[in-house]
Amino acid sequence: MSATNVTNRRRTFRKDAVGWAFVAPCVIILGVFLLIPILMAAWVSVSDWTGRGSPLASGFVGLENYESFLGKGGLPTKDFGLSIRNNAYYFVFVVPLQTVLSLGLAVLVNRKMLRAKAFFKTAFYFPSVTSTVAITTLWTFLFSATGAINAMLEKLSVDGPNWFNDPRGIFHLMLGNPSAPPGLKQSEFLGVSLWDWLSGPSVAMCAFIVMAVFTTSGTFMLLFLAALQTIGEETKEAALVDGANGWQRFWHVTLPMLRPTLFTVITLGTIGTWQVFDQIYVSGHGSPAKTTLTPAFLSYQSAFVDQQWGRGAATSFVLFAIIIVFTILQRMVTGSSDLSKEKRQRKLLRPLRWLKEKQVAS
Amino acid sequence: MKIKLAIAGLSVLALALGGCSDDPSGSPSNPPSATLNTNTISILIGSSGQAETDAVKKAAADWSTLSGIPTEVIVASDLNQEAAQGFASGQPADLLYVSTDSLAGWTANGSLEAYGSKLSNLSDFYPGLREAFTIDGTLIAAPKDFSTLALVINTRLWEEAGLSDADYPTTWEQLESVAAKLTTDGRVGLAFGAELQRVGVFLAQNGGSVVANGTATANSSANVAALTYVQNLVSSGSAAFAADIGAGWGGEALGKELAAMVIEGNWITGAMSSDYSDVAYKAVELPAGVQKGTLQFTNAWGLSADGDNKDNAIKLVEFLTSTDQQLAFAKAFGVMPSVISASDGYRAQFPQMSAFLLGADYAQNLPSATGVAATIVDFNSTLGQLKDSDPKALLDAFQTNLEAALG
Repeated sequence: MSATNVTNRRRTFRKDAVGWAFVAPCVIILGVFLLIPILMAAWVSVSDWTGRGSPLASGFVGLENYESFLGKGGLPTKDFGLSIRNNAYYFVFVVPLQTVLSLGLAVLVNRKMLRAKAFFKTAFYFPSVTSTVAITTLWTFLFSATGAINAMLEKLSVDGPNWFNDPRGIFHLMLGNPSAPPGLKQSEFLGVSLWDWLSGPSVAMCAFIVMAVFTTSGTFMLLFLAALQTIGEETKEAALVDGANGWQRFWHVTLPMLRPTLFTVITLGTIGTWQVFDQIYVSGHGSPAKTTLTPAFLSYQSAFVDQQWGRGAATSFVLFAIIIVFTILQRMVTGSSDLSKEKRQRKLLRPLRWLKEKQVAS
Repeated sequence: MKIKLAIAGLSVLALALGGCSDDPSGSPSNPPSATLNTNTISILIGSSGQAETDAVKKAAADWSTLSGIPTEVIVASDLNQEAAQGFASGQPADLLYVSTDSLAGWTANGSLEAYGSKLSNLSDFYPGLREAFTIDGTLIAAPKDFSTLALVINTRLWEEAGLSDADYPTTWEQLESVAAKLTTDGRVGLAFGAELQRVGVFLAQNGGSVVANGTATANSSANVAALTYVQNLVSSGSAAFAADIGAGWGGEALGKELAAMVIEGNWITGAMSSDYSDVAYKAVELPAGVQKGTLQFTNAWGLSADGDNKDNAIKLVEFLTSTDQQLAFAKAFGVMPSVISASDGYRAQFPQMSAFLLGADYAQNLPSATGVAATIVDFNSTLGQLKDSDPKALLDAFQTNLEAALG
């Protein structure tokens, strides 16, 4: 009895060792390039590291770095507040627009009648494979005061704004850009007055919003397209037999079947929109009037320009928390229906299944 | 299993940390001789272009031939970031460009070594430039070169408006009147960037500054009056911020003839000759308010405290800031020599640049204490809306932030 036990143990050990040997490269690479940097950054965010030598040699200062921009008021708080406002509007506009547009493109490209499908797929996907830096540079030319966009608007007798130099919020502009009512002007959150929180994205930020929708829709179109192609012809036929028209088929049959993809697209969109950095770095470092400042860029600026390493790292961890919260919220909103009920049931049954398997094995 | 994982984790950590601190260039091939330390001196530069890169490489190679010590020039695409990587790893470049904005931080964390007092040509540097790199009475680094701001005028438009050499503005009133004369449909008389780095000249001309003797003085009455003057200029339509007329900076506004006059530094000459060679222009001294005033901008040769050939690196700096070498740099990429001994040679070679060099006598440095750069960025972000703002309110906000930064 005990002899077999020992052999068994030895065998499991060997099996484990082989397993570990195979995953070791992956574990090491993930550890060195992902886990350790994250832990180091976490340490920097609670230390007084000044940027010289190893961060491990610096002192622990608790939450001081977090306080410096969350609680203390002053310039760091205001910058953080502005960056959150800017990015929140960016998120609110980009995610729905890019989801609807990419779904629309996917449905169009998926049509049987469409000729030259490959051409359209490539054309729509092209902006996604072009570097953000190149597209941002292109954008600054297109949207300059005398650029192509304004030239086009002029043909329509519209006097275009000086896009990348216009800090006015579009909600304020819709109201005719009135001066702030004193009540909203005085109450502040994160160093930014309520009136400024309600400004909407600035005209400059709108140009970035259009750009994000333009560049990301192609990728998400591919995701939707892949999902659409798994929906069989018989489903459509069944709906046709039931007398559903085109819109009903889309709304009641196709869309529900796309729910998992929709969830993926919105999640990726959420994460992506909270990480805007390249565009801001290339264009104006947050100008005009800091209305395109984002938390990701602010984190870089705090660390590398202002040399407040702890604050830079802390900003990135707050950003991390924001992304997690939004993803969970969004999961709760989009993931709540029959599909997840089914999943929940499966989860509940899992222990039972496991027991059954165990019994069979023994 | 857990223990094994922990061991694996620890060894990975040790590996990573070892990589941070070990010296891979530990040079058994170059044993330090008793007489000459021949460790390679690396030089990290943020180059304005190929001309500057080539000039610095050539100068470093020349010095290597003279001294027998190898040098290596590394061109950074993001100087702040690459310098920070070096400082964090304990293996920084031996010498590097240091801007006035980075000086305070890198000095405070011990990355830079103050070597000013060891320079044999110390007294040759312009006093104003030495001041820019002095912290608590110690000169940290040698000024590499510098630039000042002047009034750059499109001579064709100047003549077309019926103006002559006698009309170059020397007072604020004259500036206002020539700007109005030069303003036509689709063109402003005067343009400059919406930033303290340009608008600051008016504060200096009115006897103001944003920091005096370590104290914030941003909202002094002199500054408020100066900013109000700027506001009037901009509101009158005869002056505009570069971005408001669709130009990235003053040079573009002048080159595209969106403005007849701009306030810019001597770097404008490079852009004009390469991008707008058909636009004739002339640089004159800025007009005076209650006094003459302009701003200067400078970079220094920073010496890394962690370098392993510091004494020779200082000798290299002395070579790079020698009179002849400074004139060679001026010729190669348009900077102004930071040493007084080169000023006559510079004036003789570049007579058209004399207005910029004259500014050196009265130019002001922008403050560079820790945290001040961020407050200037914030002030700049409000300047764009100067037309619709209260100058006093903008300066008050700036003052509050400055006080917080200066502590």
